[in-house]
Amino acid sequence: MTLPDAYVLRLSGITKRFGPLVANDAISFELKRGEVIALLGENGAGKTTLMNILFGHYVADEGTVEVMGKKLAPGDPRAALDAGVGMVHQHFTLAENMTVLENIALGTQSPWKIRLDRVAARRRIGKLSSDFGLALDPDATVASLSVGERQRVEILKALYRDARILILDEPTAVLTPSETDALFRTLKLLVAQGLSIIFISHKLHEVMAVSDRVLVLRAGRLAGERATEGSSRSELAALMVGQHVASPTVGEPKTGSVLLELKNVSTSGQGSSTRLDDVSLVLRAGEITGLAGVSGNGQATLAALIAGTLKPSSGQMAISGAQVADWTPRAALSRGIGRIPEDRHAVGTIGDMSVTENVISERYGTPRFSRRGFLDWRAARNFAEEIIRDYDVKCPSPEARIRLLSGGNMQKLILGRALDADPVIILANQPTRGLDVGAVAFVHRRLLEARERGAAILLISEDLEEVLTLSDRILVMSKGRLSSPSKRGERSIRELGELMAGQGEAA
Amino acid sequence: MRLEPKPAPSLGVTLLFPVVAIAATLVFASLLVLAAGASPFSVFYLVAKGAAGSQFAILETLTRATPLIFTGLAVAVAFRAKLWNIGAEAQLYIGGVVTVVLGTGALPLPAIVLVPLILVASMVAGALLLAGPAVLKTRFGVDEVVTTLLLNFIVVLFVSMLLEGVLKDPMGLGWPQSQRVIADAQLPRLIQGKRLHFGFVIAVVAAVVTWVIMKKTVLGYEMRAVGHNPEAARFAGIPVNRVLMKTALLSGGLAALAGFSEVAGLKGNLTLDLSPGYGYTGIVVAMLAMLNPLGVIAAAIFVAGIFVGADAMSRTAGVPSYIAQVMVATALLTMVTAILLTRYRVRWK
Amino acid sequence: MDQALDILLQTSFWVAAVRIASPLIFATMGELICERAGVLNLGIEGIMTVGAFAGWFTVYSGGDLWAGVLVAAIAGACFGLLHGTLTVPLGLSQHVVGIGITLFATSLTYFTYRLALPEVTTPPKIVPFQPLPIPGLSSIPILGEALFSQTPLTYLAFATVAIVAWMLYRTPIGLALRAAGENPAAVEAQGISVTGVRIGAVMVGSALMAVGGAFLTMSAFNSFFFEMINGRGWICIALVVFGSWRPGKALLGAILFAAFDAYQIRLQQLSGGVVPYQVFLMMPYALSILALILVARRATYPRALMIPYQKGER
Repeated sequence: MTLPDAYVLRLSGITKRFGPLVANDAISFELKRGEVIALLGENGAGKTTLMNILFGHYVADEGTVEVMGKKLAPGDPRAALDAGVGMVHQHFTLAENMTVLENIALGTQSPWKIRLDRVAARRRIGKLSSDFGLALDPDATVASLSVGERQRVEILKALYRDARILILDEPTAVLTPSETDALFRTLKLLVAQGLSIIFISHKLHEVMAVSDRVLVLRAGRLAGERATEGSSRSELAALMVGQHVASPTVGEPKTGSVLLELKNVSTSGQGSSTRLDDVSLVLRAGEITGLAGVSGNGQATLAALIAGTLKPSSGQMAISGAQVADWTPRAALSRGIGRIPEDRHAVGTIGDMSVTENVISERYGTPRFSRRGFLDWRAARNFAEEIIRDYDVKCPSPEARIRLLSGGNMQKLILGRALDADPVIILANQPTRGLDVGAVAFVHRRLLEARERGAAILLISEDLEEVLTLSDRILVMSKGRLSSPSKRGERSIRELGELMAGQGEAA
Repeated sequence: MRLEPKPAPSLGVTLLFPVVAIAATLVFASLLVLAAGASPFSVFYLVAKGAAGSQFAILETLTRATPLIFTGLAVAVAFRAKLWNIGAEAQLYIGGVVTVVLGTGALPLPAIVLVPLILVASMVAGALLLAGPAVLKTRFGVDEVVTTLLLNFIVVLFVSMLLEGVLKDPMGLGWPQSQRVIADAQLPRLIQGKRLHFGFVIAVVAAVVTWVIMKKTVLGYEMRAVGHNPEAARFAGIPVNRVLMKTALLSGGLAALAGFSEVAGLKGNLTLDLSPGYGYTGIVVAMLAMLNPLGVIAAAIFVAGIFVGADAMSRTAGVPSYIAQVMVATALLTMVTAILLTRYRVRWK
Repeated sequence: MDQALDILLQTSFWVAAVRIASPLIFATMGELICERAGVLNLGIEGIMTVGAFAGWFTVYSGGDLWAGVLVAAIAGACFGLLHGTLTVPLGLSQHVVGIGITLFATSLTYFTYRLALPEVTTPPKIVPFQPLPIPGLSSIPILGEALFSQTPLTYLAFATVAIVAWMLYRTPIGLALRAAGENPAAVEAQGISVTGVRIGAVMVGSALMAVGGAFLTMSAFNSFFFEMINGRGWICIALVVFGSWRPGKALLGAILFAAFDAYQIRLQQLSGGVVPYQVFLMMPYALSILALILVARRATYPRALMIPYQKGER
């Protein structure tokens, strides 16, 4: 062995900048053989960027990566794979029209071979599957697999290439609690085989459960390093957040009348999204209703329904007691629904248009912004400046392309656009995903203000902590169905987890 | 290699890249000229002289620019909303057909009524022609690129059928051409005895009106939103399909004006060589103008100048006049690359 | 009416159908490869023009027929490289670049033609590929003659379909190509360059389109003239959609289309001028639009078609 020490991986002084933003600031650490490191940090702390550098998707501006004592060529996933680094991406990198076997074999055989050796590939997949408890049909098309199964394909892809170091980027975000347990069992088997694992997460309890050592990233810097044993959740939380952020004080709700009611609503299939199955829901004035659930269980469909981009195929929908007939985004807006979409880049904003053009997008047709088909750009610009001021948006000018804004500022702008007209109903779909701590607090404060004002708010979030903190009532969505509502503190986290997994009453 | 968005480029940079694009085009064209055994400098001099070296040359260039302004506008409007109208050629011919159908004596009206009537009628016909592919796109998800391209061939054959059938000029000695439009249906010449006609004025007005629509109106805003991000536009409550239909009607109408103006202003009758590919060249014009309607005027004059100049040059210098088409196509490719580079920075690692 | 049906029993009709299909098969396979990798190649019409000229001119200048095919393919690949460079790493609009390539390739060809043959009025002819009946098979009535007494280039067209199908579904490189058109992130995560796969696909695809163009000058019309591609490239794009991006179905589509085309020519002769000939000539284009409408609803596009990919993006 020429290894100077037992380290299989060493990162030294990794720095990565995106324009003015420093995503990673001189980060160094080592990983031992058979060790599980948890990389803990808030959204936007730089975890994924760091791993993308390690895996060769990005090139660091400074610093080096050594694997098994050898320097890794930067910017080349192939070099990382050859050196024994495997990565399970947060968003799976699978071709859905191809089979499990094809996805795994992709790139593992010489491209000039005249025939893909399926027999050998099948044999090897079979062996790995049984060794590590990753049961899969190699001939199944990926499109037909569940999320948990797809993740198994991703892990198999890495193992198939003899990965010695496995990076998992937020692997549990899409899993039910029981699938998560299965994943953890697999990870134990892998470690027993001498693999080393980097586990990226922002969930403290998972980190405590699987890791030997925890690295905490904050705002691009390594904020601390602790042995998991001997550390505590509160210590890690403090490291992760930095300054102490007071969780918002949520007073007793001043519950008012029913503002939105869904009665036995179902939707027909729309592409690959989950259908709603006989969903009934009531949103009351002055209340935040939190919707918890593992992503992909119909939350997006419910959000589309309330936002007006989807019509129910059966059932009834009423706003302030009046039945809804012709349901479009415009109808939703005119009925006083303020909408914060899940994906601010693809849906919430039009990247190549200016801040001004984006803030009026939901209301350009009103007399405030247009007359006889002509837009009043002065009014639009004033409105943009108003929102920039009131919502503390940092942007070069109202004429700047919105693409150039950071995620947090973009979200504040969307928030301003949605809340400015004092909507009676607010749909907040993953309103704080990917935001830094300050921006999260800002969004929460604004939502709570709207609640005080008497708006009915539906908060959809994958972050259970967020749902628990803000919601007056909590619903759980699983496989397109809704659980019965529970008041604040009525159900334990464990009970909610069971509902998320589709066990209990909702199933 | 990666592309990263740049902050809003300064005016200098915005103008620098198109200049570089034109320079690259000239370098490439020089190579072709050298291959043809001529001197690039004298050839370009002859092209420039042929395009703008005399009153005749300038008027000829403006005359040639007229249909290109219309087709360029048609493409600029459509591409803004990412409606890929590659069928301006067909819409142009339909405009020409309507002009001879109504303008050869069928309507005994004074010029002041007749000319606007024909103008509007051709626009309607062109609009309806593009409405077909637009409906197929919005209702059935059929890609409009292929349908508009194929319609070009169908419409040209249709025109050929008319010219050998119902629209055939009985006095045409058997040539496939229509009767001439009557005097009251003609657009006046701008200068007595020269070819430049009132169509050029209409084209400039159309460009200004289109600019106002794009910059100042709700429709223009909707079109840009739909073009940049249809999903976000839909979410914001913009009726995407309706906007695409309106775009199609506007675009088709503008392209049809090219046919109207060529027949009523210049040619006087309809033939199968009414357009030497003005519909396709309109794409180049629109891209060179970065889809800005006022820029279309300049781009059309520039492109027309190359064509007119190259014709004159090839008569004396012996370099095939197809060099003009090559230059125009090269300019399109270099220009789209240049626009990209003004907005994004290429990082090689 | 009987006569109209009789056409279907004529050997010459089927021979013509297969001949008409051949260039479409090449070009359709070329477009299919590009689109399967995620790149719509609207340069097809211009690249076919280049191929038609390059192949013909090689032979006209004294080259061997197969050398002509090779030169056409190389010329096509060069324009593919240009298209790929602009659309893949630079991520420019595939619509605009494609049309630009068509205009560029077509005008450059015409320029070169005029330069090479300044004084020619009637396009000069070359000695084309000759029919090469395959002993035994070609004596099967109708089908045998239609399929097995064609020129070698037609056989190559059919072989191309088999090769493309094998390449796509049976080889490691086909795996990478299909994945690049479905989810390029999957390709990059397995250590393969998406840019490389896509540019390679566009180059190979463009080479095939050019050979399709060369078929017209070297196995059908024997000379090069302006506007000879006449929308065949656009029709091939419709055929790829019609064939659901599968080589076998696309082949079937091309043959059906060609049979219809051959049929309308004969019907046109039968009609004796009652129906204007233009109506018949419109048919292929109208049919292509109709085919698109029929399949549009259930078409399963390669998911990443027309979506540029940036490294590290997911």
